[in-house]
Amino acid sequence: MALNLESSNVATRENRIGSITGYIGTLSDLANQSECGTLKGCSRCFSQSSTCLSSCALGQLSAIRDVAIIHHGPAGCSVASAGAYYLDKVMAKKRGVTNNTVYVGTDMNEKDTIFGSADALRRIILEINKRYSPKAIFVTSSCATGIIGEDIDSVVDDVKDEIDVPIVAVHCEGFKSRIWATGFDISDHAVLSSIVKPPKQKRNTINFKNFYESARPEIIEIFKNFDLKPIFLYCNSTVEELSHISESLATTCICGTLGNYLGNGLEEKYGVPYIRTINPLGIAGFETWLREIGRVTERSEAVEKYIAEQREIYIPQIEEIKKELKGLKAVLGMGPGYTFEVSRVLNELGIEVVWALAWHYDKKYENGDVPPSMEYLLENGVDFEASVADQQNYEVMNILNKYQPDLYLSRHPGSTVWAIKNGTPAVYVADEYMIFGYKHTLEFAQSILDSIHNRSFEKNLARRVKLPYTDWWYKQNVDAFLEEGKK
Amino acid sequence: MAKLLDKQRYKCALGAMQTVQAITRAIPVLHSGPGCAQKLSDSIGSSGYFSPNIFPCTSINEKDVVFGGAKKLETTIANALKVIDADLYVILTGCIPEIVGDDTAEVVSHFADSDKPVIYASTAGFKGNNYKGHEQIIDAIIDQYLERSDEKEKGLVNIWADVPYQDLFWLGNIRELEKLIAELGLTSNTIFGYQHGIRNIDRIPKAEFNLLVSPWVSVGNMKEMEKKLGIPYLHYPTLPIGAFETSKFLREVGKFAGVDEQKVESVINEHENYYYYLIERYADMFLETRVMAKQFSVVADAQYALGITKFLVNDLGLVPAKQFITDDTPKQFQEQIKAEFENLNYGLKAEVSFETDSYKIHNEIQSHDYHGYPLILGSYYEKEVTEKIFGHFLNIAWPVQDKVVLDDFYVGYTGGIRLIEDIYSVAVQRWN
Repeated sequence: MALNLESSNVATRENRIGSITGYIGTLSDLANQSECGTLKGCSRCFSQSSTCLSSCALGQLSAIRDVAIIHHGPAGCSVASAGAYYLDKVMAKKRGVTNNTVYVGTDMNEKDTIFGSADALRRIILEINKRYSPKAIFVTSSCATGIIGEDIDSVVDDVKDEIDVPIVAVHCEGFKSRIWATGFDISDHAVLSSIVKPPKQKRNTINFKNFYESARPEIIEIFKNFDLKPIFLYCNSTVEELSHISESLATTCICGTLGNYLGNGLEEKYGVPYIRTINPLGIAGFETWLREIGRVTERSEAVEKYIAEQREIYIPQIEEIKKELKGLKAVLGMGPGYTFEVSRVLNELGIEVVWALAWHYDKKYENGDVPPSMEYLLENGVDFEASVADQQNYEVMNILNKYQPDLYLSRHPGSTVWAIKNGTPAVYVADEYMIFGYKHTLEFAQSILDSIHNRSFEKNLARRVKLPYTDWWYKQNVDAFLEEGKK
Repeated sequence: MAKLLDKQRYKCALGAMQTVQAITRAIPVLHSGPGCAQKLSDSIGSSGYFSPNIFPCTSINEKDVVFGGAKKLETTIANALKVIDADLYVILTGCIPEIVGDDTAEVVSHFADSDKPVIYASTAGFKGNNYKGHEQIIDAIIDQYLERSDEKEKGLVNIWADVPYQDLFWLGNIRELEKLIAELGLTSNTIFGYQHGIRNIDRIPKAEFNLLVSPWVSVGNMKEMEKKLGIPYLHYPTLPIGAFETSKFLREVGKFAGVDEQKVESVINEHENYYYYLIERYADMFLETRVMAKQFSVVADAQYALGITKFLVNDLGLVPAKQFITDDTPKQFQEQIKAEFENLNYGLKAEVSFETDSYKIHNEIQSHDYHGYPLILGSYYEKEVTEKIFGHFLNIAWPVQDKVVLDDFYVGYTGGIRLIEDIYSVAVQRWN
């Protein structure tokens, strides 16, 4: 990828890496079409609500400690500040640190859409700087400010002289991309362009991009075996920490969709290797990933020793639980950074994937290859029906109704409830470390088992509720609203 | 003019999709960007027969910004009618179509003959907050759906209260108001919550009067219904919490509806007997709590700031410090609301500030001498500042993270008891 840190604008995933949100077929066909360059995404003439890229972008940035987010737009855009405030407080408390990040809105009104409000924005930036002395300031746009052409870049340039911390414009118009993961790229771009400094010295650290660092203590322990220190990003990161991430030995991430812009960016700009293996979920994933870290940081011997020790503890237990999972059929719906990774783990556990939905699909990663998780499945002879749908719940329900699987796995808030209303047990794979390494793979297997052993809750609820879709819809093919050739 | 919204306590007008969601089997259809519904919903309790990820949405993209999204809106509505089993389809416009000038009314008019009613509301985020958006939805129902009825149902009262979902206790409150009204021998009609939907909307024009229990939200809707449907209204500005206010409320409603005075008094008497049986048993707790000052502040919308202030002063004998109203109350209502805060027992007056900048609110709370450990009732934002001043904190206003409410309520006699339970469950955690 060609990183341009001079511009505050990031090209969307659609334009940069050919990402799509509409496809129905099979995994192998999806991969073949990506490789031959024939894959074209479809659009839909009917869709349900999904996610705004600004939630991803600002969710990431607002998790950094002691910064300010100034969201220039109507009150609905900055409403995410309420959730960010809560998360910042509880995540900091969990770590035993404090986080005084502020996320404010500008409550733009109708007059502002006509006359603009650059002056008010300027005053608000200065006021926030005075009130809270943040360590960095992110000034962000919205659909409304984007369309009326409010020039937030100029406002930011204009106040730079009066503010002695990094300040950067962050372009978050929600209509720019149907792929909310573009927001992750936007946040990485802002960090790379305003906070990260060129390396002065190498450190024995590894940048570890994740969401909520739930496995932080155990990963610190694992990495001690290799004399490596993980730096978790961005939840609870400090601006000072971020300024040094160019000095790390490598970058890795728990979710390829979340981390590939930063990983590639650090590699391209500062030569920090980006670990591009399958992710550390399940057995094969964890081992492949650890070995690559060992290779890149020249610690292969220590890694092999660790793997051998851990295998002895966990593999027999995992083998045992697999006996009970064998033959189960699953449907799953997740972001592409997880769908094909979790599919691999389910396959490892002896669970058959009958349909996998990815909320979007990146034809190529930033380095031009097909995503490694997909490559792995196809090399190992695993294929299944697959579709790409930006959380289109009506398509999920159509699939669940037709296949009646034993299990639905999903990663996005508000999605699992619809499966259980269909009477399908659901596992919410929300914690990004839920399947991490041997230990959590075992726990994951156990929670699947627990979910299907007691189906009381879903049966009780399914018996009493009516589903919101018409019979007509359930009789349609799942691709009824896909329109080919248009975008 | 854009202003600093530091720790915001409301959403934008499009947040009124939750008002639609609160009407059983009514579905919001969003003409907006793809993520507005998710952003404007809360992570707890937003599911139901419909949830935000069921709401059809035109998911406007860059092309639609340039070429307009009318066609996409047309197919979205047409297919929503086929896919979603609803009784009422409410199209809500977001910022983009209103700036680029999509003619939503024209598109919606194509569905005038469809089997199910399709109406629309202008709820662009920059047009106001979700309190205003709520009014837009009710206006849309009045203007585009309801017709004047010559036939009236004797004793039928439409009850209107504050904004569903924004108000944590909306469901429990409106059910309790209905129960109280029923005890006066009247029949209530509300359009929100369990089994309340299109049939209740159809019944609105037959009511003898509208009862609005809110300091300012929906006053415009009441006037609109008076004009178009010929329904008179009683505006009761205070959410009645506890015995003192609830009895006053029942007397006023009874008088307006022409209910026999003795009947009203007997209802009141019965409730007050039980209420004071409970209070009597716990009076020592109120008097002998060693850790709570007499002074309190509420940081909430006008409804709760006023309702709770009246309750704590007139029922429990506490003394108001400064109160903060955070819902961006329109200027024309501020004086009237202020007057209510000055109308407390024993000539007490509560100072009240209409303020949306929480930095200023928190500074005032921190600099005030509450003469002991104060009681602060507010949104989740007040938790930390209350800890700093060693006060007692109760999360009663949006955003809410400290409490899960399914159908609990604070309105009425029972609601007052619930609020006491919540306050003292916090206070008893401490000992001096």
